[in-house]
Formats: sequence, structure tokens, C-alpha cells
Amino acid sequence: MAQTQVIEAVAPDPALTIRSKRTQSWRRVGRFILYAALIMGILFVTIPYLWMLSASLKQEREIYEPGLNFLPNSLYLQNYIDIVQDYQIIRWLFNSFLIGFIVIISNMTFTVLAGYAFARLRWPARDFLFYVYLGAMMIPIQVRLIPSFIIIKELGWVNTYQGIASLQLVEFFGVFLIRQFMLNMPRELEDAARIDGCGWFRVLWQIIIPNSKPALAALAIFTFTASWNNFLWPLVVINQEHYMTIQVGLASMKGEIIPWGLLMAGTMISAVPLFIVYIILQKLFTQGIVMSGIKG
Amino acid sequence: MQTTSALPKRNAWRTLVALFRDEEARSGYLFVLPSFVFFLIFTLVPVLASFYLAFFRWNPLDPFTAATFIGADNFTELITKPDFIRTMWNTFVFVVVSVGIMICGALGTALALNQGIRAESLLRGLYYSPVVTSLVATAVIWLWIFDPQFGVVNALMELVGLPNDLRWASDPVLAMPTVIITFVWREVGYFTVIYLAGLQGIPSELKEAARIDGANAVTTFRYVVIPLLMPTTLFVLVLGILRATQNSFAVIYIMTGGGPVNATNVMVFYMYQNAFEFFRMGFASAVSLFIFILIFSLSLLQFKLIGARTEYL
Repeated sequence: MAQTQVIEAVAPDPALTIRSKRTQSWRRVGRFILYAALIMGILFVTIPYLWMLSASLKQEREIYEPGLNFLPNSLYLQNYIDIVQDYQIIRWLFNSFLIGFIVIISNMTFTVLAGYAFARLRWPARDFLFYVYLGAMMIPIQVRLIPSFIIIKELGWVNTYQGIASLQLVEFFGVFLIRQFMLNMPRELEDAARIDGCGWFRVLWQIIIPNSKPALAALAIFTFTASWNNFLWPLVVINQEHYMTIQVGLASMKGEIIPWGLLMAGTMISAVPLFIVYIILQKLFTQGIVMSGIKG
Repeated sequence: MQTTSALPKRNAWRTLVALFRDEEARSGYLFVLPSFVFFLIFTLVPVLASFYLAFFRWNPLDPFTAATFIGADNFTELITKPDFIRTMWNTFVFVVVSVGIMICGALGTALALNQGIRAESLLRGLYYSPVVTSLVATAVIWLWIFDPQFGVVNALMELVGLPNDLRWASDPVLAMPTVIITFVWREVGYFTVIYLAGLQGIPSELKEAARIDGANAVTTFRYVVIPLLMPTTLFVLVLGILRATQNSFAVIYIMTGGGPVNATNVMVFYMYQNAFEFFRMGFASAVSLFIFILIFSLSLLQFKLIGARTEYL
């Protein structure tokens, strides 16, 4: 028994090597299938973009030609020129950026302050209020929609920037995100500063914030993309073209009967800005998701 | 008698003074104040008002009739109206089918991306990219793809000899699959990233141990990877339901408008339609309460799951 084991160790079983060769070739087949599947997936993901790009570069008669023609005959940029001239699409982009900017600033201020108060300070009713905020996070926009619209209307804020931005000034999910992050910081961080007589705001500004950059980045990206992609609320409070966000504007263009080439050019223009931000900050986007998974 | 009633009062007063003197408590309240004001105006008051409005009949465009209290009539109308039942059923179908496809697609993609392949981060970035595309843009692009006359889908169908005159988004039967495909295309990358994080959180020693014990790839997957991914799957499931319920709005608004003949009308769209197209504010508020109960309870459930989730993420 012991002898045979030794022999096996010296001269490997020929059947075994055949099997390992066979598994190797199987592995190669597996790899091939794996890459093929991944490429299929990538095609499924990217072809709609390419199809949009190609349509946006086609002349009207080219679009209505029967059959599949992926590549446009020539680089026809008139669609882009027309869409910029005939619609206020640049204005819509500007509106979306402006509102996104307001929403980021507001959340970076109020949400961070609240998250900090929940995480690092002790005050009566703190935990109760935190549960209230958690509850607020779980309330869908639909149940707030009609009364919020009435409030905005009473304030005379229909068709204004403050009308769109006001409902997004504080993301309760952001309070939660910031609190969770700040909870995990060691207490010694601020103790020295407190002993030196620093006020709580100075502690936040000089010690906590410089150490919270990942959470702040996640918050900024989350609030900006949420605001940029927000559709229902701007749709309700805006009906003048001048104040539309890019999403509402794009939807209003779709409502008219316009040539597909033009509409695809408009869709391209609407999608590119956030795409550029995504390409630059790709890592932050997918990192943020792990933290921000709770709320889409 | 006098002393007993005065005592708690003085105590309350003293607590207040103490609170005001206590710098930490003062700062805490001050920091929370702005978000709390926001909470009152744009969350608490609207939610309470929705509950209140749900018992009224009110059309804001009709200046001659004020809101009239009609008791639970909105609710009885809801549960007896075939429209709403259809809407609930559609919501159910949309959510179950799209979440089912998303879970399979996301898990499959994440597994494939996790095999130590080349250019993994580039591929992951590409798979995630639809999530960065807005739902409105997504819906417009896919409306073009599914265009009955000039769309690429019908052209491809013709190429392989299938019927090429399908009307997709405006076909009563095909409209639902059309919006589901569109939605899944946009969302699946989101869940792929979550699954990928879950997979990368599985200690490699566990898989190694299984291999030493003689498990092949399939059994390892079945008995090691799947159970360890359970928390992630639960999380993805609830999050998927939440997103599918709410994010379906833009896709359906753009692609079908709830039609044809309510074939794709889901709760979030039905609520919007009643409020801002038919101006039945009270009825729409009643619908919104259904959405509220659904989303709120799911979110609570999801919140319970977070603890389990963070172990692997």
C-alpha cells in the first residue's frame, strides 16, 4: 500500500495526464464560450448606442430606405445643427446642469451637516429623529407628488428652477450614507481638537470633512445623477420649454412627430454629458453603487 | 396639588435651559434643522396631505366645485375598477419578469467577468454604461429600434425570414415585452456590479477547499458560490423590485403611454395619469397610497437585509 503510493508519486499515472490534457482542452473550449458570451453581451449593450449614432448621422431619405444599413453614407451633421437651432436643447442641458449643481451644493451642505450630527454628536431625540429620516428615505415620490405640486404652485414656483430643485434639496439617503461613513471614524480624531476648544462646526470642517472624501464623492455623484435623470417631478412642475430639463425636453420632442434622425441627434446630445462624466469618474460611479445600493 | 403640577413644568423648563447651555446638543439641533425643515415641508406634510386627499373628490381645474369629502369612495372605486386591477397585474408582470431576467443576466455576466478575463475593467465599464443613460433616452433609443417601419428589429426579423410587420410598442400583446426588454437593457448593468462585488467577496480559500475535496466547477458553483451569494441575491431581488416598480414610469411614459388599451399601464403611470391628465387628485392620491404601502414595506425589508449584505460586499 505504502509502496504503490511512492511509485505513483514518482511516475505519474498515464491515464491521469490524458485526463488533465482533456480538461485543458475542455478549459480552452470553456474560455472560448466565455469570451463569445461576453462579446454577445457587449453587442447587446453597445449596438443600441451605435444604432442611435448611425441614425443621427443619416439623411432623412437614408433612414427610410428599406433593409439594414448600419453605416451612414456620409457624415451628415445637419441633424445636429437642426436640433440645436430648432429646439432649445442647449438651454435644456444648461437647465439640467444648473439644477444638478444646486442640488449638489444643497446636499453637500444640509445632508452632510445632518449626517454629521447623527454620527458624531450626542443630543436628545437623536436616534428617534434618525429613524424618522430612515422612514423618509423609504417614501416613494408618488405619495409626495400631488401635495408637493400644490405647495410649489401656491409659492408661484411652477416653471422655475427653484420649483424643480426644491424637492431634491435634501436626499435622506445621503444623510444615511454620510452618517454610516462618519460613524466608522475613530473618536480620537476629534478629541484633541475638542480639548483645544474647537467648536463642533470647526471639527466638522477641519477634521471630519477632509477624512470623508470617498463618502462625499459618492454623495455628489449620487445626487447629481439622481437630479440629472429625474423625470417625474420636472415633468409635473415644468410646462414652458424654456425651463425644461433635458429629460423633459427630450420627452417633449418625442411627443411631436419629428424625423428619427433629428430625434436621435437630440438623444445623443442629451446622453453625452453624463457619459463624459462617467468616463472620467468611472471608478467612483461603480464604487458609489456598493455604498448607495439601498436607493436607486 | 400645586407643587405636583408645577414640578414637571419646572423640570421641562430646566431641561430646555440645560439643552440650550449644552453646546453639543445645541449644535446637533442646529445642524439637523435645515434638513428637518425640508422634511416637514416636502415630506411629512405632503404624505399626510395625500392620506387626507385620498378621501376627497377634487379637480383643481374646476373652480366651481371645491374638494368634496367622499369617504372611502376612492378606495372602493379602486378595488372594483377593472382598470386598476389591470394596472396592478401589469405592475406584477413587469416587475416579476424584468427582475427575473435581470437577476439571471446580472449573475451570468458577473460570473463571466469574474473569471480573470482580459480587459475586465473595460468590459465592466461597458456593461455598466446603460445605467448612466437616462431612462428617457433609453426609451427613445429603443422606440427607434422597435419602430414598426424603419426599426432595426423588424429589419433583422425580415433578414432571418420572420414576420417583419410586428408593431412592438403599439401591439397589445408585444408592448409589455418591448418595455421590459428596454428596461432590462438599462438596468442589468447595475445589478451586475452588485453581483460582482458579491462574488469578489467570496473568500477564494472556500472554492479551493471545495476543489481539493473533489468538486468540479459545477458543484462548486452549486454548493459554494450560490449559497454564499444568497445575501447578495436577496438584496438584488428587493432592490430590483423597488427599481422596477418606480423606474418603469419614464419608459412607459415615452414608449407606450400606458397603452395600447392599458396593456402596459403600471401603478406609477396610472397615478400620474389620474393626477395630471384626468385631474382626479383625490383618486390619484388613493392610488399613491397603494404605491406607498408597497414601496415602504419593501424598503423596510431591504433595510433588514443590509446587515447580511455588508458581510460580503
